[in-house]
Amino acid sequence: MKFPIYMDYHATTPLDARVLDAMMPFLTNKFGNAASRNHAFGWEAEEAVEKARKQIATLIGANAKEIVITSGATESNNLAIKGVAEMYAERGNHIITAATEHKATLDTCKRLEKHGYRITYLPVLASGLIDMDMLRESITDKTILISLMYANNEIGVIQPVREIGKLAKEKGVLFHTDAVQAVGKVPVNVIDDNIDLLSISGHKLYGPKGVGALYVRRKSPRVQLTAQIDGGGHERGMRSGTLNVPGIVGLGEACELCRKEMASESVRLAGLRDKLKAKLEGALDEVYINGSMESRLPHNLNISFAFVEGESLLMGINDVAVSSGSACTSATLEPSYVLKALGAGDDIAHSSIRFGLGRFTTDEEVDYVAQKVISVVQHLRELSPLYEMFKEGVDLSKVQWTAH
Amino acid sequence: MAYSDKVLDHYSNPRNVGSMDKNDPNVGTGMVGAPECGDVMKLQVKVNPDTGIIEDAKFKTFGCGSAIASSSLATEMLKGKTVDEALAIKNTEIVNELALPPVKIHCSVLAEDAIKAAITNYKEKTAKEQAAVTL
Repeated sequence: MKFPIYMDYHATTPLDARVLDAMMPFLTNKFGNAASRNHAFGWEAEEAVEKARKQIATLIGANAKEIVITSGATESNNLAIKGVAEMYAERGNHIITAATEHKATLDTCKRLEKHGYRITYLPVLASGLIDMDMLRESITDKTILISLMYANNEIGVIQPVREIGKLAKEKGVLFHTDAVQAVGKVPVNVIDDNIDLLSISGHKLYGPKGVGALYVRRKSPRVQLTAQIDGGGHERGMRSGTLNVPGIVGLGEACELCRKEMASESVRLAGLRDKLKAKLEGALDEVYINGSMESRLPHNLNISFAFVEGESLLMGINDVAVSSGSACTSATLEPSYVLKALGAGDDIAHSSIRFGLGRFTTDEEVDYVAQKVISVVQHLRELSPLYEMFKEGVDLSKVQWTAH
Repeated sequence: MAYSDKVLDHYSNPRNVGSMDKNDPNVGTGMVGAPECGDVMKLQVKVNPDTGIIEDAKFKTFGCGSAIASSSLATEMLKGKTVDEALAIKNTEIVNELALPPVKIHCSVLAEDAIKAAITNYKEKTAKEQAAVTL
């Protein structure tokens, strides 16, 4: 086994060696500008980009012409939301999103609020799922866009995307989904799901960093966007800037590999994830899974070990790379807003660990990590006054704490 | 974030972990913090009633590594001190000893609060007892 063990695949994924092989010629002698229409260097680059565009489109059931290349999903989300807001400003000024979205969506919406747009931030149920009735009731004649993520980056919960897409279509509202965590991991189809705009990131699916895509529907309806970056009019005027050819080739190859391997990979990872869960739950009491287990990415486990603080747990498992929703691991000293939105309570948020398994996770690694986490949780519970009180039968919710 | 060797040492080998009988008249108990803030410290001192010297100190902490280290160190500092000397312990001593970064200063503040709470609890108990004796 190689240490440290990487189990933070929601943060980023390593570049697949096959992706690097595909990129390498474009990092070396095939250096042409895809916009150079008058010589072989340009043609070669353009051909590679068009092939990649097809590979990306195929993975999500789209047409290559509907793929706009960006620098990553943050840009894709910005372009989708701001681009729609600006383009459809005459039709309405209301956007619906959810409290558990990524900051790239939430902060984009917050900025729009300053410019007179009205944003509804839907709460989520304890499962992490949105309430479809609440979504339906939130739609007004001023609503121009629903932006809800496909799968959450912290808890891996998959939203009822097909239902959302159907409702949006019925109401004549555009539907954008940040599908960064879902694409390449679970089947995503923009036609079946009635998705109008969809954000993809390269480095979340074993491709390179610094490249992503935005799917923009061209038919029924034809979605239009106001460009957010002006310049040479690349990407059909929606996103100017010289194309990152090696990155795009890598993203395309990564998408193709995911398409071919997703079915078997997701079964393997779900098996490993379930084993990790079973081991932890078998050895430790007072363990809580955050978010729905039924509607969840196969490679995600977000779990709280009550009475143990997340950062101290990370410190004990310092040969394993995972993330915590604990405030102490963030710069803001605020615990995870996603877990808070589930209504779990700050104490549970402070005690949470996110395990993200991936393509290179082995059975042996899962065994090691489970054992290590169990022993560290036991050590920390011996130190925990809360665990002691819990064992004595004290109701912690009734204690007068001295908040600081 | 990189931890200092001393924080790592206290985290891996915490000193004086445990609990004493909080009903013992010579034991003072302080509990500070809140679960929703991510740290709770319980600190206890056992005072020799004749000499006023802290003979034993125990802690249990729910919190990050720096909070655990701060309270573990606090128990070491308390032993052998008089009650009044203990009240004079400043959080900056803990910060310096553990080389805590600015973002973790609140852990040392919490440890100082825990010391004060434990000593206050002990003093209140003794005062009550004396009052009872006088009556």
